Amino acid sequence: MRTIFFIPLALFLFFAGLAGYMLTQEKNQTVASAMIDKALPEFDLEPAYDGLPGASRADFIGGEPKLLNIWASWCLPCIAEAPQLEALKEEGVEIIGIAIRDTPEDVTNFLDRHGNPYTRIGADDISALQIEIGAAGVPETFVIDGEGSIRYQHIGDIRENDVPKLLQVLEDVR
Amino acid sequence: MIAELGLAALWLSAALAVLQMVSGALGLKIGDQRLAAFAAYARPAAVVQAFLAVLSFGMLLWAFAITDLSIKLVATNSHSMKPFIYKLTGTWGNHEGSMLLWVAVLALSGGLLAGLERRLKERTMNATLAVQGFVALGFYAFLLLSSNPFERLPVPAFEGSGLNPLLQDIGLAIHPPTLYIGYVGLSVAFSLAMGALITKQVTPDFAKVMRPWVLFAWVFLTLGITAGSYWAYYELGWGGWWFWDPVENASLMPWLAATALLHSVSVLAARDALRTWTIMLGVLAFSMSMLGTFLVRSGVLTSVHAFAVDPERGTFILVLLGLYIGGSLAIFAVRAGSIAEGKRFSATSREGALVFNNVMLSAILAIVLLGTLYPLLTEAFDVRVSVGPPYFNPAGAIFAIPMFIVMAIGPLLRWKSDKPVRIKLELIILALIVVGAIVLIAVLGDYPVLPVLGLALAAALGVAAFLPLRGRKISRTPLATWGMITAHFGVAVSLFGMATESAFTQERLAAVAPGSTEELAGWTVTLDGVDPVAGPNWTAIEARLSASRGGEEATLLNPQARNFWAPSQATSESALITRWDGQLYAVIGDTAGLDADGNQRWQLRIWWKPFVTFIWYGGLLISLGGILAIIGRVRVDLRRRKAVQLGNERRADKALLDQAATPPRAEPEPV
Amino acid sequence: MRWVLAFLLAVLGASAAAQDALPPAPYAYKQLDDPVLEAEATALMETLRCLRCQSQSINDSDAPMAGDMRHQVRSRILAGEEPKEVRAWLIERYGDYVSYQPEVSSTTWPLFAVPIALVLIVLLVLLRRLGLRRKTGDS
Repeated sequence: MRTIFFIPLALFLFFAGLAGYMLTQEKNQTVASAMIDKALPEFDLEPAYDGLPGASRADFIGGEPKLLNIWASWCLPCIAEAPQLEALKEEGVEIIGIAIRDTPEDVTNFLDRHGNPYTRIGADDISALQIEIGAAGVPETFVIDGEGSIRYQHIGDIRENDVPKLLQVLEDVR
Repeated sequence: MIAELGLAALWLSAALAVLQMVSGALGLKIGDQRLAAFAAYARPAAVVQAFLAVLSFGMLLWAFAITDLSIKLVATNSHSMKPFIYKLTGTWGNHEGSMLLWVAVLALSGGLLAGLERRLKERTMNATLAVQGFVALGFYAFLLLSSNPFERLPVPAFEGSGLNPLLQDIGLAIHPPTLYIGYVGLSVAFSLAMGALITKQVTPDFAKVMRPWVLFAWVFLTLGITAGSYWAYYELGWGGWWFWDPVENASLMPWLAATALLHSVSVLAARDALRTWTIMLGVLAFSMSMLGTFLVRSGVLTSVHAFAVDPERGTFILVLLGLYIGGSLAIFAVRAGSIAEGKRFSATSREGALVFNNVMLSAILAIVLLGTLYPLLTEAFDVRVSVGPPYFNPAGAIFAIPMFIVMAIGPLLRWKSDKPVRIKLELIILALIVVGAIVLIAVLGDYPVLPVLGLALAAALGVAAFLPLRGRKISRTPLATWGMITAHFGVAVSLFGMATESAFTQERLAAVAPGSTEELAGWTVTLDGVDPVAGPNWTAIEARLSASRGGEEATLLNPQARNFWAPSQATSESALITRWDGQLYAVIGDTAGLDADGNQRWQLRIWWKPFVTFIWYGGLLISLGGILAIIGRVRVDLRRRKAVQLGNERRADKALLDQAATPPRAEPEPV
Repeated sequence: MRWVLAFLLAVLGASAAAQDALPPAPYAYKQLDDPVLEAEATALMETLRCLRCQSQSINDSDAPMAGDMRHQVRSRILAGEEPKEVRAWLIERYGDYVSYQPEVSSTTWPLFAVPIALVLIVLLVLLRRLGLRRKTGDS
């Protein structure tokens, strides 16, 4: 018996162990932003519709931590998270929306139908800010502290049980 | 009745697999007469099993043909309104049916092996059949316990739910079974390798038995990959033909291993060298096909080619993988040391060249395997990385370039030992072609390194492929040699296509209003108009393009952008013009706003891909070479078998005559 | 094995059915006028991953976000940035996952160590199998 003949077996056992482990794991399909704890990039977006002003980096500086919510009227999960955003607004959280690839009419209709939790909505017609802060999808929600740093990323729609976590983070980064 | 008959046949096949395995294994005991008698059941068990498994698959085929909606599989995957051909191909267009096809082909191969093959020592044959029964049993268990294709619905469905025109595609109907058949062929090669290893009979005779199976598997794998690549090329709508996607790699890895095995088994057959190495490759090739099946069906990796993914099935395949591959590697580890090293040879010999390229192929395989599995490894630590073309291309080229060089020279060398001086002229010619091609392209323009090297090597290989004919009588060249020449030339053709495509492709993306014209690589493409069209479950916009080159009559092209609604999906139907020197590839996209005169504009994507078709022509040539080699080898074997038989008969006749002649002790008759 | 086409299931999950109405970003489907810059951009885009797709580069995808990323790449190249800088800019935002061209880092070094080790092993195997054999064969 020569040890060299055991190498293929060892490599195979390593693979089998890894594959077995990965089969038991929930497949993680999300892409996390690498911008956490970095400064919010400079941006200045036009209003997404007539009702509210647009958004810029300056709107996040000073005062309480705020939520930056990336959404769109064409995105179905955004409808699902609308009540949770409303609840966060009730708690006194300021939410600034970024509407991705959207038209003023669609935005107006969406807000009429599902409520308006935002104080400002910037129109991001070419996903520039979305890419700039490392968001891979819609919706995503970022916690921005008073100094303009990105502190937390929530990927996907905000479910009811995510609300306390977000409130906690907002409290922590105050 | 159909379903019950099919299921019964499947259970019986499984039972026969047990018999085949047990009796084959008992036949390994030496010196026990009762056990040895039991071993006689192994061959008949394999033959009857082949009949039953094929019958079982035939029953499923029948159920799909008549759309028996009381069978769950038919109800979920077929529809009474489907075209008949797609009803039939729908049989294996799903997990259960494709597994049944797999075991049917596996059993058929086992039956052929058991029924026809008489060259191996009986003990080796018993061990082979035992392993083959063991492999088959795993798949029977998989089918019967977790994916029964014949499951009935409590209440027959009113109508089937499988009328997805997306899946009604001839490429999709042919491509998967082609790969399965290749995989099955590798499993037979695996059983033979294990049989030879267990009984320590790694001999040229064993290699001669194994070779047609490897060739057969390799031909099908080559065809499968070629078809898959072309299919992705015209379906995905961006002109790419290879993406280094996990699913593509899963089909490439068995091919690389099979290619290495094919060459080492030839060395073993001809020269009795590379014994351990051939066994290792036999195990490796089958491992790679199992690994591919696992990666593709378990969904542990993300791929552009979507599959019906199921972690439970993944677990089952992983268990099978562990049993087969873990088991065989363990036997290999214990046994390999006891196989005597084969005949010796010098570095500059045909064996030397084959060993070199075997090592290179294995190294490329290792790179592809690493690049494919590495994201899985990092994901275990919650880190996500991407490994793509910028990694695979250069890392693979490190080993591919020396391999192509040796591939050009190797067939010119003699077996055992040769002097390079003998083929000085050929070497100089080949070197001049390589240098000449590089200089020529450097004069033409500034192109990336790898395509330039690819072109130069393709030119040299194209010439080198035919050099073995030098000094031979064309009419007396064996068919197997023609096979080698064809396949090697096919590699050159394919390499040429890949290199020209990546170096000289021209692309035009434009927003075009009807009536406007775009120019690309000598082609004039005019958008005559855009119309809405509708199909059974899709709507589309269809462009009317007229394309012409050099004043010839315009050819009409109708690319479509389709939107399906059930399931909701959008696809691009590309339109192609094929010429001897390349393809024009056109895709219509979305609307792109208005032009200055207020006309609606559309996004148009056009590519001119010079010699891109050579990639697949090369693949076809490689397969053709394999087929020629099989015919050549089998013909020689049959002739030899006949000669042996004739010799035996003559000897028997002579013995009889002698017997008849001896008693009277007559005078020898003059002839 | 089935290569069932499903690439345009690009948009994952529930938002698969949703489509936005806006035209794509200016440079999503428009080439740069300068062929040299366009070639640079294309080469780069072929090596960037479309984050909303299943294993596709942004150069091979019709997903809206791939178009927006192509616009970013082309306009940055046009503004005079090096492809290397654009890649680094995207990696800074999405991590190594966005780039199909792994760079040597604490998480990817085995991808580079293994080929180097392979070259060494290959040389060793060839020397042992062929080199020594030649000597014994000659002697």
